Amino acid sequence: MSEEQTVILDTAGIKRALTRISHEMLERNKGLENVVLIGIRSGGAHLAEEIRDAIEVIEGEKVPIGTIDITLYRDDVSGNLPHQRVGRTEIPFSIEGKKVVLVDDVLFTGRTIRAAMDALMDHGRPCCIQLAVLIDRGHRELPIRADFVGRNVPTSLKENVEVLFDKSNRAVEVVLQKPS
Amino acid sequence: MAEFKHKHIITLQDLTKEEIELLLSTAESMREINNRDIKKVPTLRGKTIINLFYESSTRTRTSFELAAKRLSADTVNISPSTSAATKGETLSDTALNLLAMKPDIIVMRHAVSGSHSFLAKKVSCSVVNAGDGAHEHPSQALLDMMTMKDRFNRLDGLKVAIVGDITHSRVARSNIHGLTKTGSHVYLAGPPTMMPPGIERLGNVTVCANLKEAIQDADVVMMLRIQQERQGKTLMPNAREYARFFGLNPENLKFAKSDAMVMHPGPINRGVEMSSHVVDGKQSYVLNQVENGVAVRMAMLYHVCGGELE
Repeated sequence: MSEEQTVILDTAGIKRALTRISHEMLERNKGLENVVLIGIRSGGAHLAEEIRDAIEVIEGEKVPIGTIDITLYRDDVSGNLPHQRVGRTEIPFSIEGKKVVLVDDVLFTGRTIRAAMDALMDHGRPCCIQLAVLIDRGHRELPIRADFVGRNVPTSLKENVEVLFDKSNRAVEVVLQKPS
Repeated sequence: MAEFKHKHIITLQDLTKEEIELLLSTAESMREINNRDIKKVPTLRGKTIINLFYESSTRTRTSFELAAKRLSADTVNISPSTSAATKGETLSDTALNLLAMKPDIIVMRHAVSGSHSFLAKKVSCSVVNAGDGAHEHPSQALLDMMTMKDRFNRLDGLKVAIVGDITHSRVARSNIHGLTKTGSHVYLAGPPTMMPPGIERLGNVTVCANLKEAIQDADVVMMLRIQQERQGKTLMPNAREYARFFGLNPENLKFAKSDAMVMHPGPINRGVEMSSHVVDGKQSYVLNQVENGVAVRMAMLYHVCGGELE
């Protein structure tokens, strides 16, 4: 299928957005006390690392970071498609009583975030869960909203938004793909 | 990327290298769940799994049952003494009756080789082999391979010795298929009465004359149980003589690599195929095998549920 592709955010734009998200996160939580980052595999996990680095530049402190795989919590596993590969969930700390900031690349229907919240609750009872996303493209199917958004991008359902990463898992570009 | 399209898992012979690696990779992710406080994910909610065991089993049945429960499936266990087989019902009739209760997966252990292929043709649900006669025991081989991969971070190029009653061992056959597909070399040793002719044709397999030759410089030494319930009384003079020639003890374990892993599918006849010093020794991975068993079986149940009707 041929498709048209527009760049919505370049590397510098992504960096600025993540830096702003980091500042907002610090402001909202009045610092880093009790804050942990959990990235949703795989895009969100990479972005969580970048946010952790950005926070370290601002505050000089490293936030604990974990990765969550939501495959086993999806609401479409009972379909007749082959089951997807299950990635690793790595949360090397207790989330009990923590302020968890979930990180994902693109917020769309909200179903991934629902699955991620269910998965998180099986690891303990956090004090609160906040959501940070690089792109919010709309079309929510569940009552979910993000606390920190890099950029709001109005899209049609036929379009696709993708965050591209380089070999060292740094976000380099966000593209909007339109079928033509 | 590899996809798993099978609805049944009956043999490792039928699976490709990529499918085996996918199962092992999923199993590694499943293991994390088993170390949580809340050991449950909702993935197979609403699915019904019947554990149909025509032969006694502690490890495999418990492990399959826990695997199903940790994926939120409902399980029912049928053991030999409680099944209608004791009243003379045929496997075919039992299968059709169970099917009328709409299970999604039947996990079966049966003394007759090939009974799972027969069952899979009769039923519309998934069939998972938990051991059929002297044919295959896929979940055991997968958990063995997972335990080796944990230790060496690879399967390619490993020297694996399998020692004991090869003729009656479904564990040996499944391991030979799985290990040779993933690039290991298997060395077999056992009394000539327990070594099936032509076994080396199954893959990258060498039949050795004695224990020492098989475990020389091995990375893994896998000892098999002497299956006295299956073999006649004529295959070996007595357990003491077997232990002298084919039992693993601290002295002959020195022929293997100094950091070789020792494995056993259980249940162990202490003092026969392995001395207690080895079973409880530093090189023993017997309990790691059991731990990985739950994760591997979760991966198998998860992937067959996404398989296609064949």
